[in-house]
Amino acid sequence: MTPITGSANPGPGAQVPAPPPGGVAQPGAGSADSVETSLFEMRRKLYPRAVTGFLATQRVLLVVLTQVAFYGTAWLEWNGRQAVLFDLAARKFYILGFVFWPQDFIFLTGILVISALSLFLFTAVAGRLWCGYACPQTVYTELFMWIERKVEGDRMARMRLDAGPLSGRKLGLKATKHALWLLLAFWTGFTFVGYFTPIRELGGALLSLSLGPWETFWMLFYGFATWGNAGFMREQVCKYMCPYARFQSVMFDADTLIVTYDQARGEPRGSRNRSAMRRAAYLDADQKVDPVNPVDPGVNPTVVPGAAPTADPKAGLGDCVDCGICVQVCPTGIDIRNGLQYECIGCGACADGCNKVMEKMGYPRGLIRYSTENALAGKYDDRAIVRHLARPRTLLYAALLGVVSAAVLAGLVLRTPLKVNVMRDRANLVRELEDGRLENVYRLQIMNTREAERSFTIVARGLEGVELVVNEPQPIRVGSADARTVTLELRADPKAVKPGSTPVQLRIEATDDPRVYRDEKTVFIRR
Amino acid sequence: MDDFLYSGVGIAIALVSVVSIIGCAVFLWANTTRKLAPGDSVGTTGHVWDGDLAEWNNPLPRWWMYLFYITIAFGLVYLALYPGSAAWGGLLGWSSSGQLAQESQRWDARYAAMYSTYLAQPIPVVARDPAAREMGQRLFLAYCSQCHGSDAGGSKGFPNLRDGDWIWGGTPEQIVESIGGGRMAMMPPQVESIGEQNVKAVANHVRSLSGLAHDPALAAQGKVKFDQICVACHGMDAKGNQALGAPNLTDKIWLYGNSEDTIVETITKGRAGMMPAQAEFLGAGKVHLLSAYVWGLSQSARK
Repeated sequence: MTPITGSANPGPGAQVPAPPPGGVAQPGAGSADSVETSLFEMRRKLYPRAVTGFLATQRVLLVVLTQVAFYGTAWLEWNGRQAVLFDLAARKFYILGFVFWPQDFIFLTGILVISALSLFLFTAVAGRLWCGYACPQTVYTELFMWIERKVEGDRMARMRLDAGPLSGRKLGLKATKHALWLLLAFWTGFTFVGYFTPIRELGGALLSLSLGPWETFWMLFYGFATWGNAGFMREQVCKYMCPYARFQSVMFDADTLIVTYDQARGEPRGSRNRSAMRRAAYLDADQKVDPVNPVDPGVNPTVVPGAAPTADPKAGLGDCVDCGICVQVCPTGIDIRNGLQYECIGCGACADGCNKVMEKMGYPRGLIRYSTENALAGKYDDRAIVRHLARPRTLLYAALLGVVSAAVLAGLVLRTPLKVNVMRDRANLVRELEDGRLENVYRLQIMNTREAERSFTIVARGLEGVELVVNEPQPIRVGSADARTVTLELRADPKAVKPGSTPVQLRIEATDDPRVYRDEKTVFIRR
Repeated sequence: MDDFLYSGVGIAIALVSVVSIIGCAVFLWANTTRKLAPGDSVGTTGHVWDGDLAEWNNPLPRWWMYLFYITIAFGLVYLALYPGSAAWGGLLGWSSSGQLAQESQRWDARYAAMYSTYLAQPIPVVARDPAAREMGQRLFLAYCSQCHGSDAGGSKGFPNLRDGDWIWGGTPEQIVESIGGGRMAMMPPQVESIGEQNVKAVANHVRSLSGLAHDPALAAQGKVKFDQICVACHGMDAKGNQALGAPNLTDKIWLYGNSEDTIVETITKGRAGMMPAQAEFLGAGKVHLLSAYVWGLSQSARK
């Protein structure tokens, strides 16, 4: 079982004990007095070090991809309107060629189910991919940190700046940073609102300072939330607020890919002389160790009897040089060497950072890498991880995902761009005509969900001898993506209808396409 | 509140609210730090799941505590500004009914511009405007269709509005008056003045007026009584009187039904038709649009 609160459970082989919970004073062993400890800790500001590498590149690609999509899509046009627009006031939701009405809510449900199942599947396969690469919290933090780095410099420079006294330079840098942050944040808020109010009109209103009160509020609110979350809250959102963070862990199993530190190879950690190590042809010695069946954790693998040279410059140490890079690059401020922790968003920055160090040291890469609990425990080779992807849990998630996606897709393709409501008049059940026939009154709401005007004919079926009177000239023309209400009457001879209610159907059919029709059921009532 | 509870309840509620809020603050302040015995540490909560799953008893972030204090301050400010404590109306003088009145006023002002355009036009002109007709239909479906039917075809006791026949008159002005001021139609019970034995005869005479099947002997007998009593409202020619809302009895249109039994019932027990006044409820603009819609319906029926 994977401990989600790994920091409480550092796992076997960790030589350094888990760090004490931040901010809590650890009472000295010899102290006689009781110790006052705060139940509310001050946040320790993090200065994540910039990192490059394969995983970092993937993240940058995803940041660019998602943000180009977010900032750009709002400006796309389709058929003379905004391509993606959620018009709440008119209750119409435009997505490319589709117009969704509130009645299409089922598709939103479908998309949410697909999203949830995708999350389950990806989490079961490779852990918190969403958190590490695609979550807006990560993406915007990434963007904000990039601006911070460009303005204030990398980790050390930022720490020095914050520790230093207030100066003109410090003030200038901070002001520049916040100006850029706020610019990006409010551009984000503007884009967000632009999905609900046509963004070009919104831009015009912004320039002429004639925004509506709600547009202004949401723009400022979303902008402020972006600035606060990505600039200040950062990892605290993941640690204290995000429900995903907590429940994703239950989708982990021992075959889930996680960013993890190879205890067996790394411990005991310690700093060493690099040139000395090179001379000792460390690599040869290391390769004699069976990676599949490492020796007891905690015991230096290189001192397996007969395998290690006697004059080993590692002096009984593992591959971890204890440089601390993995901690410095971590956006949540944890030490991956303590094992899997709930704070870990699975971004892999530590893996990239460590690989760089390993290369410099001349050690093999992957001391911190994507691996699984079972592979790490030596139950199978790292190369066999892929084979363990197919397991009941992932297959079930994938199958469900496939079925729901297919159903939603089929529903989208096959849907009829016509919706109809029939409402019988309930106050006047039946009317008697001069000629003795009975009359029932109905209201018919015809919703043409296609983005083009269409004409419809109405026919009554299912009741012998019934006469349909529509109080509008047929065919009924309904505007593009519009609804129209018409009143109509059904008339029947009382002798031809049994007492009580008789089912009857109204067929509403498009004049230009006989495949577009609806049969609405209603009843004819005879006293 | 005071209608069904003793007047001190407001003060009691205010007291409970304020004491609770301050109590929360005191509780929070008293629990911000904790004394640990020597050698003790915060450690884990002591709960273990699935064999090895433990939970740190880590402190909450400091800003979280500030959020609590902010909430408390918010609560006190809210109680001061708004009538949250029942004993105290609040510094802002806000009330839900006040807000409703304010919003209605705002929306009325917004619609007034639209309505004033139509109000300035005579009803026949408005009736020809497709946009006004559409608005009229929506208003009709919302306010009128419950009695008159979605198609304005009426039902028993509720007149058909599109047949070109009018009880109270069909000029635009008369329709505005009917909708805005309402109508109170009163056919008094006539069983005493006519005499119970003559009611059936009068009913036969009434049926004969519009050419319905009747007993000629009875009808002739009934005509005597009709000319004495009914003519007062329905007129010598039985064509009714729109000033009184007395319907024309010679046409084929029957508000309550034309069977002999129904007519007997009408004469015996009388009828009281009631169109409620809408002017105050809907306002002149909506009444004008509705009048145009209804007038337009009857015009197309006449064609």
